[in-house]
Amino acid sequence: MGVDLEELRRLRRARDRMDREFATPLDVTAVAREAFMSPAHFSRRFRAAYAETPYAYLMTRRIERAKALLREGATVTEACHAVGCTSLGSFSASFTVLVGQSPSEYRRIGQAEVGGLSDCQAMRVTRPRRGRRGSSSFGEAPATAAV
Amino acid sequence: MTVSLSQTHILVDDPDAAIPFYRDALGLEVAADVANAGYRWISLVAPGHPEVLVVLEQPEAGRSPENGEALAALLAKGELAPAHFRTDDLDATIEAIRAIPGAVVLQEPADQFWGVRDAGVRDPAGNLLRIEQAK
Repeated sequence: MGVDLEELRRLRRARDRMDREFATPLDVTAVAREAFMSPAHFSRRFRAAYAETPYAYLMTRRIERAKALLREGATVTEACHAVGCTSLGSFSASFTVLVGQSPSEYRRIGQAEVGGLSDCQAMRVTRPRRGRRGSSSFGEAPATAAV
Repeated sequence: MTVSLSQTHILVDDPDAAIPFYRDALGLEVAADVANAGYRWISLVAPGHPEVLVVLEQPEAGRSPENGEALAALLAKGELAPAHFRTDDLDATIEAIRAIPGAVVLQEPADQFWGVRDAGVRDPAGNLLRIEQAK
């Protein structure tokens, strides 16, 4: 079958870098360099390996963290910059697509999402889920389009 | 009736790269290092816990080529299930891991909001390990 294990290792290291550095202004071009690939080729190979684009992976990590910051009382602008997003507009758009509420709506009422849950349950419930329609029993709008 | 864990297996692509991680950084002791049919099985134990073996083996060992390749691909992608370890000095363990070629610290030691202090690392083969501070 001829799986290219060395390519898969490079993709893994690139994904690990997103996990480590998502709060910095990291972009897909920089991550692709980690994998020694062009951005377009990297995005195709990453998607083949992990079933989502590197951009979607990076934004999911950022918005997961942003949700926690908003629940702790950060402003939308503070949360946006703290997770490495430089544009408030694209941050809010991505957040809304993934969470089903705008960041400011989430900040106002998001605490209800974890009310009464233990901390480790809260971590699972609040993790953004892309394209798993109807998986939430907590009244979140389903995530729809891939970003 | 009492049942407890006696042995668990961790897949590694390169035993010689994995041994320094598990032996020198985690401090496990090599109890056996067996070679057969081109593959190796390395059994390690934590000091004072000889009743629990951690066995390093290669994805292709004892499987069809297709299944071995499928597991090797998941290992390379970092998609196998994580292993969890406990240490009495998390910061020292993480510093030791940093010195191992091919190991990566994914998450620095941090107090989690669910009540543990832990860190996330990859061994040189690509396995995710979460390492927790013993209380």
